[in-house]
Amino acid sequence: MLSFVLKRLASALPTLLLVSVAVFALVRLVPGDPASLMLGDMATEASVADLREQMGLDKPIAAQFAIWLGKVLSGDLGQSIQFAMPVRPLLLDRFAVTAAVVVSAVLIAALLAVPAGMLAAWRHGSAWDLGTVATATLLMSVPSFWMGLVLLLVLGLHLGWLPVVGYVSIASDLKAGLLYLLMPVLTLVLVESGVLIRMARAATLEVLRLDYVAHARAKGLPERLVLGRHVLPNAFAPTWTLIGLVLGNLLGGIAVVETVFTLPGLGRLLVGAIFARDYPVIQGCMLFITFVYVLVNLVVDLVYPVFDPKVIAE
Amino acid sequence: MKLRANAVIGLALVGFFVAAALIGAVWTPHDPLKINILQRMKPPGAGFLLGTDEFGRDVLSRLITGARNSLLIAVLTVAGAVGFGALLGLVSGYARGVVDRVLMMVNDALLAFPGILLALGLLAVMGPNKYGIVLALALAYMPVVVRVVRGSVLSVRAREFVEASRILGNSEAFTAWRHVMPNCVAPLTVLATSMLGWVLLAEGSLSFLGLGVPPPEATWGNMLSAARPYIGQASWLAIYPGLCISLALLGVNLLGDALRDHLDPQMRQ
Repeated sequence: MLSFVLKRLASALPTLLLVSVAVFALVRLVPGDPASLMLGDMATEASVADLREQMGLDKPIAAQFAIWLGKVLSGDLGQSIQFAMPVRPLLLDRFAVTAAVVVSAVLIAALLAVPAGMLAAWRHGSAWDLGTVATATLLMSVPSFWMGLVLLLVLGLHLGWLPVVGYVSIASDLKAGLLYLLMPVLTLVLVESGVLIRMARAATLEVLRLDYVAHARAKGLPERLVLGRHVLPNAFAPTWTLIGLVLGNLLGGIAVVETVFTLPGLGRLLVGAIFARDYPVIQGCMLFITFVYVLVNLVVDLVYPVFDPKVIAE
Repeated sequence: MKLRANAVIGLALVGFFVAAALIGAVWTPHDPLKINILQRMKPPGAGFLLGTDEFGRDVLSRLITGARNSLLIAVLTVAGAVGFGALLGLVSGYARGVVDRVLMMVNDALLAFPGILLALGLLAVMGPNKYGIVLALALAYMPVVVRVVRGSVLSVRAREFVEASRILGNSEAFTAWRHVMPNCVAPLTVLATSMLGWVLLAEGSLSFLGLGVPPPEATWGNMLSAARPYIGQASWLAIYPGLCISLALLGVNLLGDALRDHLDPQMRQ
């Protein structure tokens, strides 16, 4: 068990290292002086010279990287140009919004999609199965930004059930805050259910085909026990990994949904920073999103043996 | 039976959009870029079949040129990712040793990283333009190809006919190209089809965010992005481009399913 955990931890290091090199290189790849890029157009000569000194721009590139990495590791991500505030609190603030939407959406999607997919596999070839697969394939083909716009049009404008634009923090007004989060969450639930349904169904079909299921049925176990004890736990393992991947990918792809619903989340912060050439924020967002992504997948992999103990033995 | 329905519907949808893109190269009902403020936001009807947008441009014509832009970007991206990815995978699986280990370490690191985020980072450096998005997405999706090809190469190169080619005195490069590579084509075809869907979606998202093909040129993504502020007054602007992306994606997904079922004998029942 310990060696499994250590191995998995070690495998996350190259990703984090590579991403930090890439994010460090980002500002060096853009034409222009890195120090003036980090401070924006309004900076004074003196402050640029100051930052050049701090970044060690007169030193070799490896030393610059060491200085930069040291700062990042101590939590100093620099100063945002457009917001004139440190990047770190900005990131954490926006991340709270993104995390609330993404985590609740994935949770709801998994609770709906996994049973639906498993049921479809159990009744393989039935009308329920065909209907579920068709729905899943349709859902997989609708981009989240269009799903969002359609919901906005139907639930927001035509029916007038939900607020169309804006955002109220849950902390300041619980009821209004939840109403504003409902449509973004619903969008993601619908969009992400498709792939989860199909995965749960495929994994269950795979398990149902195995000999021990036939054996369990042959020895007269009630179907309820065959499914509950033998099929579901084994079929859930691959789906569990996918849930982790979906969660992580949403962190990268959330920007579009946040744009549709004008939510002040991490994705929109990153896209806004790209437009504003706010390099400290771009760097901070890339690092932070990668870190969370790696962390999510790490946790998913570490929990994986609970569903499939074989991986530790291997 | 179901398998055939998948393939037929998928082919029909993809064929429809490819045909629209090809026709759009020579003819569109109206000039997709011509601004006419007097005809602003006309609902669908005679004259303008799918209505006009906030600048009085014909939506149908813009959808047709959008099809060309989106499909061209998707095909170029997939070709780039598959071409370079297959080469790297072949080299990695064939060379083994240090080369393989270093390539795989970098590749795995890239794989453990959301593709769209990588593309965003690259676009932050290059700025939004048509070729930037192809390069960014091709690089973002290449690691999957490297993985798949390397895996096939490793299993194929241990087979007897590869040994035989070597014993006959053929060079390593010839053997790799002539005998190993063709055996990786089946998994690669399935992957390339799915990737076409991923890229269409990613290009749509980036265009929607304003980081794809810059306006006034039309893509389905940037049309939707422009429609967002007018959604209350001109809902058709938000409906048709999204419908196009969804139907194109559905076609590609169905085609991918059919292809996978066909090429993977285990799934044939």
